[in-house]
Amino acid sequence: MSLQTPLKRAIGLGSAKEGVHHWKAQRLTAIVMIPLSLWFVCNVASLAGGEYADLVTWIKQPFSAALMLLLLFSMFYHMALGLQVVIEDYVHTTWMKITLLLITQFGSILIGLASIVSVLLIATGD
Amino acid sequence: MVEFTLPPNSKVGTGKTVTAANNAQRKKIFKIYRWDPDSGENPRLDSFEINLENCGPMVLDALLYIKNELDPTLTLRRSCREGICGSCAMNIDGRNTLACTKAIADIDGDVKIYPLPHMAVVKDLVPDLTHFYAQYASIKPWIQTESPTPPDDQERLQSKEDRAKLDGLYECILCACCSTSCPSYWWNSDRYLGPAALLQAYRWIADSRDEATGERLEALEDPFKLYRCHTIMNCTDTCPKGLNPAKAIAEIKKLQVLKGT
Repeated sequence: MSLQTPLKRAIGLGSAKEGVHHWKAQRLTAIVMIPLSLWFVCNVASLAGGEYADLVTWIKQPFSAALMLLLLFSMFYHMALGLQVVIEDYVHTTWMKITLLLITQFGSILIGLASIVSVLLIATGD
Repeated sequence: MVEFTLPPNSKVGTGKTVTAANNAQRKKIFKIYRWDPDSGENPRLDSFEINLENCGPMVLDALLYIKNELDPTLTLRRSCREGICGSCAMNIDGRNTLACTKAIADIDGDVKIYPLPHMAVVKDLVPDLTHFYAQYASIKPWIQTESPTPPDDQERLQSKEDRAKLDGLYECILCACCSTSCPSYWWNSDRYLGPAALLQAYRWIADSRDEATGERLEALEDPFKLYRCHTIMNCTDTCPKGLNPAKAIAEIKKLQVLKGT
């Protein structure tokens, strides 16, 4: 039994005084991915039927590599933010919520970094 | 985890059938959610067939006819019967609205009536709104000022343009139709303030006379209190007063960005 007042329960732990950064980042990464995805799809389509070497030559161009890195960063950042929202929405058992948040956030960083390293290796390789 | 199915003691069974419209030309069947906390039984759906000539045109008229003539144990809240008190908010024909402003003629087939969704039920059509009201209190719904109070014969002045900014906000009657239609509020109402409380919060943020705008925005910047709104828009869709809580929430989010930009 709890003798807390309803107002005490409604206030809870008070405001976290954060959230606007998350909201902004989720929208900015979404917006930036529109032109980047179009750029990526157009270029990959134009390379269709080509040799592996053509793709490598394309990635080695500074702007291709830079845009590719931007796309990958936005994509995995956006993914991490989105997964966080879904877990916070639906998982209410604290230990399970924190465990899932750690797994998804570290997982996003890991595969995001692996993708970025791959691009760098191709771009700087012989 | 979120529960997508009703717990066993909340599963709705079939209740009694009352027929009171033997040879009537205009008749309608009302299927009404019933639950009595003292009975120890599961909720049930009672069916009342009534002669529409015997009651007024609104769903509330039919409910009161049933309560007065057929089953006095039917429990519901109502007061003004003209859409200004917000007491008779319930789920009618699959949509949260006010029984007093919902015309029976607008509903095809049987009229299904449930209490507001995903709230603890006190009895029959009466939901427990304690937490909902406490959330409203938590946003400090009163004017807060630093400037000295004007003398007794003067008022806090507001231009007509600034007054117009409160249109679409001040009309909210706190019936809870919007908040209880919001999936985010269903899953996280312990922490998410919900569309009604957030529209009310914006009503004070938008008030040119209020001087606590900064503190109000700070109190709302929270992943759960504010940012559980995912612009699902059920709130705006269902508001029986035609208001737009989703827009009010979007305005708060915009101001949060402007605050740090």
